[in-house]
Formats: sequence, structure tokens, C-alpha cells
Amino acid sequence: MKALPTVPNANLVTRPTGRAVRAAIEAELDGGGRVSVSVIDLTGVRVLDFSCADEVVAGLLLRYLPADRPGDVFFLFRAVEEVHGHAVSEVLTRHGLAAVCDFGEGGWRLLGPATAEERAAWRALERKGRIGAGDSGSLLGAGGEELLLRLSQRRLAYRDPGGRASSLSGLAGPPARGSAEKVHDHRADGAPGSSEAKTGTRQQGEDYE
Amino acid sequence: MRVIEVPSSLDYLTVDELYGRVEAGETGPVLFDARRLRWIDPNGMLALLGAGEVAAQGGSRPRISLPAGAKVAGYLERMGFPRAAAGIFQPPRQPVRRRGARASDVLLEITPISTNSDVHQVVDTVQARAGAILSRTLRYPPAAVVRFSVILSEVCQNIVEHAEGPGWVAAQAYNWTRRLGRHVAVIAVSDLGRGFRASLADEHAERFGDRWGDVTALEAAFLLGLTRFPDIGRGQGIQQIRKQVARWNGLLSIRSGTARIADAPPWGHNPPVQDGLGRFPGSQINIILPENSGE
Repeated sequence: MKALPTVPNANLVTRPTGRAVRAAIEAELDGGGRVSVSVIDLTGVRVLDFSCADEVVAGLLLRYLPADRPGDVFFLFRAVEEVHGHAVSEVLTRHGLAAVCDFGEGGWRLLGPATAEERAAWRALERKGRIGAGDSGSLLGAGGEELLLRLSQRRLAYRDPGGRASSLSGLAGPPARGSAEKVHDHRADGAPGSSEAKTGTRQQGEDYE
Repeated sequence: MRVIEVPSSLDYLTVDELYGRVEAGETGPVLFDARRLRWIDPNGMLALLGAGEVAAQGGSRPRISLPAGAKVAGYLERMGFPRAAAGIFQPPRQPVRRRGARASDVLLEITPISTNSDVHQVVDTVQARAGAILSRTLRYPPAAVVRFSVILSEVCQNIVEHAEGPGWVAAQAYNWTRRLGRHVAVIAVSDLGRGFRASLADEHAERFGDRWGDVTALEAAFLLGLTRFPDIGRGQGIQQIRKQVARWNGLLSIRSGTARIADAPPWGHNPPVQDGLGRFPGSQINIILPENSGE
């Protein structure tokens, strides 16, 4: 793992800055057929405004949500709740999106709008890590299979071709910082007025076993 | 020479008096007589700059007579008014008296906004100095400096994204002993751009039909979150500012064209909508955040 460099200006504000950050992240993402999980680390950001959060958080999720997405990439977010939580939650709500986020509490949280059933299924999957194709009914009830499918369609869980569901956090590893996966640092320079914004993206292939 | 008397108290409550005395399209030399000015807030300062710009459109740069009182003159200087006015008004006949730097509760001097770089600069500046004022003077929690910075960022972006014209921002904390018995922070943002009505017209005027006007445009942006952009992610700025200002029991008003719209707390005494005011080119946003009373 590479150490994150010092951040000279960590205020992620304005749409052009957000677009530049998103473009830098997308440039690092694996566009091949591999399934990967990227951790967008906002913990070094002091101020995240709604415009920038809309471009970075909602923009990334929307880009990789439809079937014609540029790569099979899932996202996890790492943030400081009292600094970023409000902006992230608001932009997710605005777009009807949900995302999995680590606020440094030792566990992952589901942010954004989701039904009570979706939340319950997500929590069960989060506890188990994986739910096999034949186990959803006993663990989640009669509609369990459909709920897992819905979570995967919302990119909140990974479902392999055999029907086995995996939590995104299980694919990525524990929420504590400094775990062993490869970390890519990237910078977003060049936006008008822009700060240097860094986020860490951590990618892991499908061969997680 | 046409002389425009500046009200002796020029703040968010009295800026309309000044706008009413400045008519766009009039020609000839103009003097803004501010010698009797005794009280001015960030809204008043930006209104004076805006009025000067409008008067300058008549052909020649207006003159301004600055207040005689040392207290007001010193405050204008601390807020950077002489520097901001230098490009608008003719140089004063008597040079501005320089005073030694002193600690003050200036949150943000008058800062021109025309690009996103300016927005970054504003956020950087406020981050460095707002923490102590927000926590000690207004008794807000430590995280408030982030929310305050986000408010400033979003209101300033409104100029860059929607006004298509230059603008200014300024912020200051005061002790409103008589009005409220508490400290307040006042944020003023003003531009001489297209105004809300023109900014939204292409995208939304047709659906409102005959009702379309300054009030309808302000309601569309303020209440419905509409912008000239079709993306669903747009329009969050004003909506989120409204929520945060309400959480802090603050007052938010937007003045554009001949109208004003406001979210006013009980202490504000502002009507939610005003129409038929003197025409103001561009827009002016006023935010007043009171000290946390612990209620």
C-alpha cells in the first residue's frame, strides 16, 4: 500500500472540481471485464459541498449503474460523517441512489433511500459476507432471492452468475484503513481554481477466494 | 451632477431605498453622498457597489463621498470597501485614512466572484478564520464551520453558474444588542448578472404562461429547486442552504428584479414574498445567522 501524499488543498467545492475528480477516478478504474470494488476515500477532504458531491458521488454511481456501464465496478465510500455525511446523503436521496459507506465506526452503513426489506437484506448479507444461491429463503424469507437481485441491480451487492451474493465490504476487506489491498492514489488538478483533490481507490478482482 | 443620498443606515432592511434612487439608463455624472452614513452591513456595502456599477452604465464613473465618522470609515476599510470600490467609483479627492491592522470579527472581506477559483478562495479564507467566530461568538458546534463553508460555496457558485456576471460576497459578525439581543453573522452575496427571471426563462417561462415574472422565477428556484439546467442534481444549492439556515434559526432572502422571497424566522419580521420593489439588476442573497441561544 502506498501512503497518501499530503493534501495541500482538500476543499472539494464547485462542480468543475467535482467533474475533474470524477474524471481522474474514472481514468484509474479498470474498464475490462473484471469485477472490481473501488473505495473512494474522502477522509482527507475538509469541505465537500453539494455541487461537488453531486458530481463525484452521484456522478460515479450513475455512470456505473446502467447495463452499458464502462466497467463492472462497484463503489464503497469512506468518509467522516460530520463533515461529509450530510452532503453524500442528500445527493444520494436526490437521485434515488444508495451507497455503502464507512464512517470509521468499525462497520459499513447503507446510505440513501432503500426500503426496509432492502436494508434488512443488506444487513444480513453484510453479516454473512456471502449468501449462497439456495440459502436466501432461509436467511431472508420468501422474497429473499428477489431482494438480493434488487441489491445487485442497485450495485449494493455482487451477485455472481451462479446466483451467489457477496457483500461489497466482504469483497473489499475490513473497513479499517491500511488494509493490504493495492491502493491507487490519484490527484485531480486542473479544474478552474482547483484544488488538488485526492481519493484512494482500492480495486480487487473477482478472484477473492 | 445628480446627487444620490445614501441612507444613514444601509443594511438588508434599507437597501431598497438606495436601489429606488438609482435608475438604470440615466446619464450624466453622479455623486453618491454617503457622508451621513452611520451604519452599514455587508448587504449595504454590496448594494452600494452595485448601485455604483449601475450609475457607471450611464457613461461616467460616479463619485462617492465616504462617511465622515471614523467608526464607519474604519469599518468600511476593514471590510475592504475602498479596494472593491476603486474599480467602480472615481478615486476619492481625499485619500482614505489608513489605520493599523486590528483584530476584528470580519468573517470575509468584500471579495469579487467571477470564476470557480474565486469560490475556492472564499472557502479557503473562511476555513482559516470562521471557526473561532462561529464557536465563541455564535456558540455553534465545531462542525458548523464546514456547514458554513458549504453555504458560502453554494451561494457564490450561484453567481458563477447562473448570473453570468460578476458579483461579490462579504460576511461579518455583529452584536445585535437592540434588534435581537444576540450576536449574528451576516452573509451578503450580490451580482449584476441576469437575475433569476432571465436565468430561468428559457427552460421554465413557457409552462408558467402569463404568471411568469420575478416573483414566479424566485418561487421556482427557491421553493421548487428549479434551475436553467435540466439535470436532476441541479438546484440543490439553494434548497440545502434553506435547510441549514432554518436549522440555525436564521433568515434567508433573495432579491431579484422587482421581487424578494424569504424564509424568515419569527424574529425576522420579513414577509415571505414582496413584489413591486424598485428594479434591481442581478440578484442579492442575504443570510443572517443568529447566535445559538440554546433553546
